[in-house]
Amino acid sequence: MSDAPALEIRNLKKSFGPAEIIRGVNLAVPKGERHAVIGPNGAGKSTLFNLISGLLVPTSGDVLLNGEKISGRPAYEINRRGLSRSFQVTNIFPRMSVFENVRCGVLWSAKQKYAFWRGVEAAPGVNERTEKVLEEIGLVERRNVLAGVLTYAEQRALEIGVTIAGGADVILLDEPTAGMSRHETDVAVGLIRRISEGRTLMIVEHDMGVVFGLADRISVLVYGEIIATGPPAEIRASAKVKEAYLGEEAHA
Amino acid sequence: MSDIPLPKSSVTRVSQRGAEKGLPWWLLPWLASAVVLLALPFIFRSDTYLTVMSLMGIAIVFALSYNMMLGQTGMLSFGHAVYYGLGAYFVVHTMNWAIATRAPIPLPLMPLVGGFAGLAFAIIFGWLSTKRSGTTFSMISLGLAELVGSSSLILRTFFGGEEGVTTNRTKLLRLTDWTFGSQFQMYYLIAGWCLISAIAMYALTRTPFGRMCNAVRENPERAQFVGYNPQVVRYIAFCLSGFFAGVAGALAGINFELANANLFGASQSGTVLLATFIGGIGTFVGPVLGAVLVSYLQVMLSDITEVWQLYFGLMFIAVVMFAPGGLAGLVLMHVPLLRAGVLGRVVPSYLLALIPTAMLLVGVVMLIEMTVQLAVKQSEGPVMKLFGVAFNANLPGPWLVMLMLLAGAFVLFRLISPRMGTAWDNARSAAAERGMVV
Repeated sequence: MSDAPALEIRNLKKSFGPAEIIRGVNLAVPKGERHAVIGPNGAGKSTLFNLISGLLVPTSGDVLLNGEKISGRPAYEINRRGLSRSFQVTNIFPRMSVFENVRCGVLWSAKQKYAFWRGVEAAPGVNERTEKVLEEIGLVERRNVLAGVLTYAEQRALEIGVTIAGGADVILLDEPTAGMSRHETDVAVGLIRRISEGRTLMIVEHDMGVVFGLADRISVLVYGEIIATGPPAEIRASAKVKEAYLGEEAHA
Repeated sequence: MSDIPLPKSSVTRVSQRGAEKGLPWWLLPWLASAVVLLALPFIFRSDTYLTVMSLMGIAIVFALSYNMMLGQTGMLSFGHAVYYGLGAYFVVHTMNWAIATRAPIPLPLMPLVGGFAGLAFAIIFGWLSTKRSGTTFSMISLGLAELVGSSSLILRTFFGGEEGVTTNRTKLLRLTDWTFGSQFQMYYLIAGWCLISAIAMYALTRTPFGRMCNAVRENPERAQFVGYNPQVVRYIAFCLSGFFAGVAGALAGINFELANANLFGASQSGTVLLATFIGGIGTFVGPVLGAVLVSYLQVMLSDITEVWQLYFGLMFIAVVMFAPGGLAGLVLMHVPLLRAGVLGRVVPSYLLALIPTAMLLVGVVMLIEMTVQLAVKQSEGPVMKLFGVAFNANLPGPWLVMLMLLAGAFVLFRLISPRMGTAWDNARSAAAERGMVV
């Protein structure tokens, strides 16, 4: 078990009607790796994340988390097993405070489940863990503000906070720096680097600076297939990748 | 309940103040409520007031239970009276059984019977309806209400047909010399249960489950990705809400010594929706305000006019359109201004707006009442009395006055509203400068 990869994808396929979006993806992400998925728009990166995290059910193929099959299971169960994700479009609880947002991320893993017979303030360790996450994402000062009125960059940080709050050991981040300024991106990359310490990270990202600075390995997804997987240098040098993807970026 | 973003300083100030006295600060509002509930019958002594206050207490429990779903969890039910009505029926039958068999159950415990009846049916019906959310949930709730409503006509031995089932609340085991025969004693029974239920429902909002109710209301998809099954959260909320609706229904059954099909009819489901919405679904106290106002109007308006439900509908539309946060929302909007000490800046424009508001109200009332006089009360002739003035509704004069009032109100509103807007913006930015608005 312990030598099983944190995340393993076997011949994964997904069709919407006649359109096959994911066309047989195979990938193994070892424990502790920072793995980036890149590819042109419409390549199926977000669909891949949705399949792994349980938002979508695969047409065929398997996803294994620490050697156990998770594909076909509901999203909340996959989350309970230690896989947590963020979303490309900010996906938080807008009319709840920043503190409450993060605390919702903590509750299940703190074994609170659906408890309606004891106070949330008295739950052991919950508030302490929430505080720690707030510190980590740099939103301590904004704790009582409604999440919906945060700035965009703050909402993206909160999105990551909610994602890591449950202590999952496999984290999927979907374009965490999209739409950010250079400075905001640098801050976000620092945050991602810190939170992925000792965890397995899978990240979809368009900013090549971020990808090549952060990732241990990179997979290139084009039209629902992984055409190359390897360390950044290898990917940068690959003629196949250049032709399919990096080339058009370089011109842009 | 949605949390209002308080400035940090005030939050710590409040908690420190409580800590100094050695009394948890959250206890204060409840103690104050208890004192008010105890004192009310000595201020409003007449039987009419006691009756109205008893109805208010029942309506508060019912509206709070409704808001556990609507406000806290984001579930719009059109059939909440099912659990209220069943609570009433089960308590009335249990009381009759206890009277017949001399079972040693005192009256003050009887509302629990209604609660468990509401819970039991919520467990059954909720299992079905909470599988879906949004519009589908609302439609299923409507269907279930129809189902139970039509069963009441079929299962006549249980539901007692059109007359319903009666009981006598004074014939049960007595622990003290209180028989609960008088409305005065009945008021205290209701007030006690109202306070206990309100505390319990408030406490629920402060549990892990209560927080996840909010999370599911805000974003059910995201709730799944922090490990929660939104269906389970909705189901539990539905069941607990059914319990308190049953308690409210039982109180109604005991209060009227009667359970009939009106209690779970569509209009009862509609009333609790109106009351909750008018009070405001965004806060815990909103439904309390709504329940108090709506019960008061139900009794008082129905004395004054035959078409009181029409006014009710107009009021509901006005709230939904102009104050979506309800009465509580209107009050809360002004709290930051009060804190910043700039509330005075909006008051003059509000006073000014009173003029067209009064004109509009008088005009609308004239329109409705004159129409009713001519169309419904033909037998009484065209002469009527309104606001103490007698006039003939068949003459053009009153209609002209009405039209002028409405037109005048419209024009005045157009003139005043920019002024109100500016005053509001000024006050709000002043409050923002002082750090009272986020």
